[in-house]
Amino acid sequence: MSSSRASSGFSPVLIISVSLLLLLVMIVTAFAVGRYPVTLSDLTRVLWAWANGGTSGLDATLEAVVLQIRGPRVMAALLVGAALAAAGAAYQSLFRNPLVSPDILGVSAGAAVGAVLGIFLSLGVVMIQSLAFAGGLAAVAMVYFVAKSVRGHDPLLVLVLAGVVLGALLGACVALMKYLADPYNQLPAITFWLLGSLASTDARDMWAASPLLLAGMLPLWLLRWRINVLSLDDEEARSLGVPTARIRIAVIVGATLMTSAAVAISGVIGWIGLVIPHFARLLTGPDFTRLLPVSVLLGAGFLVAVDTLARSIANIEVPLGVLTAFVGTPLFLWQLATAHRSWQ
Amino acid sequence: MTLAARDLAYGYPGRRIGNGVSLKLTRGEVLCLLGPNGSGKTTLFKTLLGLLPAQGGSVLINGADARNLSREAVARQISYVPQAHGAFFPFTVREIVLMGRVAHISLFAAPTHSDHAAADAAMDRLGLTALADISYTRISGGERQLTLIARALAQEAPVVVMDEPTANLDFGNQVRVLERIRELADTGTGVLLSTHDPDHAFLCADRVAMLHGGALMATGVPGEVMTAENLRQLYGVDICLTEVLLSSGGKRNVCLPLGIRGETI
Repeated sequence: MSSSRASSGFSPVLIISVSLLLLLVMIVTAFAVGRYPVTLSDLTRVLWAWANGGTSGLDATLEAVVLQIRGPRVMAALLVGAALAAAGAAYQSLFRNPLVSPDILGVSAGAAVGAVLGIFLSLGVVMIQSLAFAGGLAAVAMVYFVAKSVRGHDPLLVLVLAGVVLGALLGACVALMKYLADPYNQLPAITFWLLGSLASTDARDMWAASPLLLAGMLPLWLLRWRINVLSLDDEEARSLGVPTARIRIAVIVGATLMTSAAVAISGVIGWIGLVIPHFARLLTGPDFTRLLPVSVLLGAGFLVAVDTLARSIANIEVPLGVLTAFVGTPLFLWQLATAHRSWQ
Repeated sequence: MTLAARDLAYGYPGRRIGNGVSLKLTRGEVLCLLGPNGSGKTTLFKTLLGLLPAQGGSVLINGADARNLSREAVARQISYVPQAHGAFFPFTVREIVLMGRVAHISLFAAPTHSDHAAADAAMDRLGLTALADISYTRISGGERQLTLIARALAQEAPVVVMDEPTANLDFGNQVRVLERIRELADTGTGVLLSTHDPDHAFLCADRVAMLHGGALMATGVPGEVMTAENLRQLYGVDICLTEVLLSSGGKRNVCLPLGIRGETI
């Protein structure tokens, strides 16, 4: 058969190795860039000493930069990027729609409403996370049922539109809370948080969010091959022997948990969940067993790179959400223009 | 293994399409369902497969009410070949065929060596081996239909339900698919298929069921049921049935539509 009909010919091992290498380069760069540059050898010595409980013998300031300042931040960028990309890949497979993502489905906005409510009520980290999760889950459920009950239209379009419309409503809820918030104390906190930033992430946030992120990843990883079958037509998947409703719920809950936990750490960072899985799919094909690890690696690497950029291109920090939007919008438009060619 | 419908009513909540359908399919036979557009062939199939709830009566798999069986248990007994359609994601032919194995693969597992072997065998049987690594979105309608049939074979269920498996195929591929269907039945699989071409029933069916206005009009062996009168009633056009002598010495019935140029019998 003519080779023009063959799909991407890269071997999975090669793709994963290159993604991993790219990720490591991004991490090392993230440590190296900044007012206090950390070289690779400094970094390995500090981390080695930290892992073994000894001392590196290096300057205490350098140790603090690695362990208390850049370390948690790089770690947060890794986790948030991986979570958003994995959740995006799962939503896209599940909704059979390459144009959905946590932000387009309204999950991020729902989680944001929950988290802003938590800040507004001056609640603790755990409560903020729980509210974010509840908000995200409520949003995805609403979008799903709206899209399901509107019949006779292109389902691809209805799903995206339902997400956009609900996102606008949730945005209004956030605006209302901002309007009511204490302008000296809460309002700046809410505003900075909504723009998306990892600047204020500390180790405590990480300990609170990591278990949720990993718990959300679990169903995605365990069901990774089954998710392929779910991306077929629903009746077809059932005729093949898959109880679609139950598995779909497990995956949606997992992806939403990851998104909400990420939103609770970093605020709303758009576009990663949309663009990264798309690129990963171009490399690996749609098979979720390969798509998931590559999305995770690329998502983590991308956010580490963007975060490094965010704190180094200007004298002040550029909010992450702003930066990913500038990078993501042209990519999304390009994707919209080419999606029809590759998916029908 | 038997698949049976007992006094089955099918359709959607609030919109019943058919009533009182009773039929039975056993291993090794081809049952061909004929019916005009809108007679509810696809809806009946989906009800038999449990994809739509029965509006009355029951579906029996090996004598057990299908309502009490899990999706996985049903899928191990009956596979389904839907009408060929577009794909949402560019899976390769091999990946699509492998998905037929899902009922044999435990919840958290991925396909094993034996699953790959079953998929390869199914692709080989339908001549798809050369297309195995081509994306499903880039092959022709006929090749897609063959891929879906291969997926059903990989499922290794004793009964296959096929919804118009020849609908998108050219003349040669139609014949090739019918040959495969006959071969499947001869190796012990039960096949229930729908078709728009009555000649297909003459070519490969052991029994024919005629679905008209939501009820079974006639059921039986092709030679008895497929009369010009029955076919005229089924499709609403004049039909001439004639016997053709084959050079090998055998005979076969063929079905000719009349009336286009004003001919009558």
